[in-house]
Amino acid sequence: MRIRMLPVTTAAAMALLATSCASGGEGSSDGGSGALAGEGSGDSCVIEDPVPVGAALSLTGAAASYGESQQKGLEVAIDKIAETEGVSYDLTVEDDATDPKQGITVFEQFISQDQVSVILGPTLSNAAKTTDPIAQEESVPVLGISNTAEGITEIGDYVFRNSLTEAAVIPQTIAKAKETLGLEKVVVMYSNDDAFTESGFKAFESALESEGVEITKTLTFSKADTDFRTLLTDAKAEQPDAVVVSGLIEAAIPLVTQARQLGIDAPIIGGNGFNSPQLMVDAGEAAEGVVVGAAWNSASEGPENAEFLEAFKAKHGSDPDQFAAQAYTGLILVDQAVRAGCSGEREDIKEQLGKLKDVPTALGTFSIDENRDADHAAVVQIVEGGKFTVLD
Amino acid sequence: MQQILNGLFAGSIYALFAIGFTLVFGVLDRLNLAHSAVFTAAAFVGIELVVTGGLPIWLAIPAVLLFGAILGLIIERLAFRPLKDRHDAHFAGLISSIALGGMVIALLQARYGPDTRRFPADAFPDTAFELAGVRVTLLQIVILAVSIGLMLGLAFLVTRTRLGRGMRAVAENPHAARVLGVNVNRVTATTFAISSALGAVAGVLLALYVNSAQLTMGFNIELKGLAVIIVGGMGSLKGAMVGGLVLGLAEAFAVQYVGSSWRDVVAFGLLFGILLLRPQGMFGARRVREV
Repeated sequence: MRIRMLPVTTAAAMALLATSCASGGEGSSDGGSGALAGEGSGDSCVIEDPVPVGAALSLTGAAASYGESQQKGLEVAIDKIAETEGVSYDLTVEDDATDPKQGITVFEQFISQDQVSVILGPTLSNAAKTTDPIAQEESVPVLGISNTAEGITEIGDYVFRNSLTEAAVIPQTIAKAKETLGLEKVVVMYSNDDAFTESGFKAFESALESEGVEITKTLTFSKADTDFRTLLTDAKAEQPDAVVVSGLIEAAIPLVTQARQLGIDAPIIGGNGFNSPQLMVDAGEAAEGVVVGAAWNSASEGPENAEFLEAFKAKHGSDPDQFAAQAYTGLILVDQAVRAGCSGEREDIKEQLGKLKDVPTALGTFSIDENRDADHAAVVQIVEGGKFTVLD
Repeated sequence: MQQILNGLFAGSIYALFAIGFTLVFGVLDRLNLAHSAVFTAAAFVGIELVVTGGLPIWLAIPAVLLFGAILGLIIERLAFRPLKDRHDAHFAGLISSIALGGMVIALLQARYGPDTRRFPADAFPDTAFELAGVRVTLLQIVILAVSIGLMLGLAFLVTRTRLGRGMRAVAENPHAARVLGVNVNRVTATTFAISSALGAVAGVLLALYVNSAQLTMGFNIELKGLAVIIVGGMGSLKGAMVGGLVLGLAEAFAVQYVGSSWRDVVAFGLLFGILLLRPQGMFGARRVREV
């Protein structure tokens, strides 16, 4: 793995720049060498040249903590992939500074200068909405490793993702919560001035309906609100089996704290916004009993996850989070796709990514569905003893 | 019943904020739009004192009161005093206070970043009392006691002390007050200090009450504060106090009886209704200034 700014890498980039200028800068995937097509298949596949992979991550700016996790996850994946011989990867990580405009620059550099075969990222969905069309235009496959907004894979047939959307997680959360907590009637609260939380609310609403759980009351708030006592008093009067909330973490923390202060002991089922360790840090004991669905939890089962946890801890000395797990899995999936077609060409990777089915990964048994979206089981978590544990 | 209490507690914070806001207006005829920046700054400084300074919350509140007073003096010196002799002093002060408020927020952002900050989860004991199905936490009682205590203290100060007499004299006519030997500059500065001190305490109390402090927290309350002083009558201290409680209760009842999406419609509809029916506010008198 290399990160730009190292003198060697810069020299390599200059060389690539020269080639791309020579070839008129057009985004052909063969990069002039033609050595990306290999022989054999699967584990026996041998590709002569390293397959160039670009990762556009937010290493600085508001989303820096996510990008850092992702980078660590990719580092672990590179080590893991190196255990099997035959195919190697030349991974370039670039920082988009949590800025969609910077993301465009990074993507253009990946596509025309670095001639990468596949791009991982970018970290945030709003960046993906501006960068992924560029990759689509140039016929370069993109694998989103953390984008959860709607409309990402609709950008085009070169855009894939391995991150579960909220719409995929919520029905599983509600089904599990109903099964284990015996929900019959709930109160739903959501902030109605934010596109993410509103779509989360719709997902909750239809999931509750299909599970036959009655919504006795729907309460709305603004994403800037911090005083929820009047709403919660209203909710408490309904004596719900659970309070279902679609809100961002900023609202989640005061809401959960105030609910417990008002004596609401029912479980609080949250959307994606609640899926943050910050909840336990800032809400303290009030966070106990909060139920959140997630794409990954360190307690997830399976030997692949156990192997990932161990390798991550050994390399970085800390525990991975969901971002690291999804980034790790992203590169593993790229490796699967490359080996399946035994080719590092853009077109072949695109075709093989779409065919991924029932791959055992750290996220669980993973498939790419017909919409190029992730398909695997979500983990439903409950806060117990100050941390997320698997609800069952 | 629980909703009445919810409204009352939120309302007492609005009232405390608005009373500082209206004090400057009542005495000096100036609208200090940096008041909300003081409110926000106080919340962040209060959290800093507790989190890194290790101060117990009991000491942090008086410390923030002092911080607010100093900030008030700075605002008066920078945003108002240099402009006080201009013929458009009202308007100039309004604009310069917006500018100064914006600078304070920018400094806060530079120091603390854009993230929401909170008091540690155990900063305040979460003792709760339950009486006839109504839950009241110790925090809520403290908030109500502190706000009402400060408001009564201010009322006493204005009506019974020498400084208060000076303030009332300046409110009536600054030139006459100067002729009569009142140190107008000192009274003006003190008024700003008291006003900002109250706004600062309101900031810490709100941050405690809702368990979060954001850089934008001032904007929301500034609008509500303006509504409160208009409902209560511009410049009327009693009006701001009652107006704050009325707004808090109106919001609570809007949620209870109308629906949560209508909360702001009801609260600001109330403001609109009062403006139409009784433009001088509940306690305001036409053309006569009160303190």
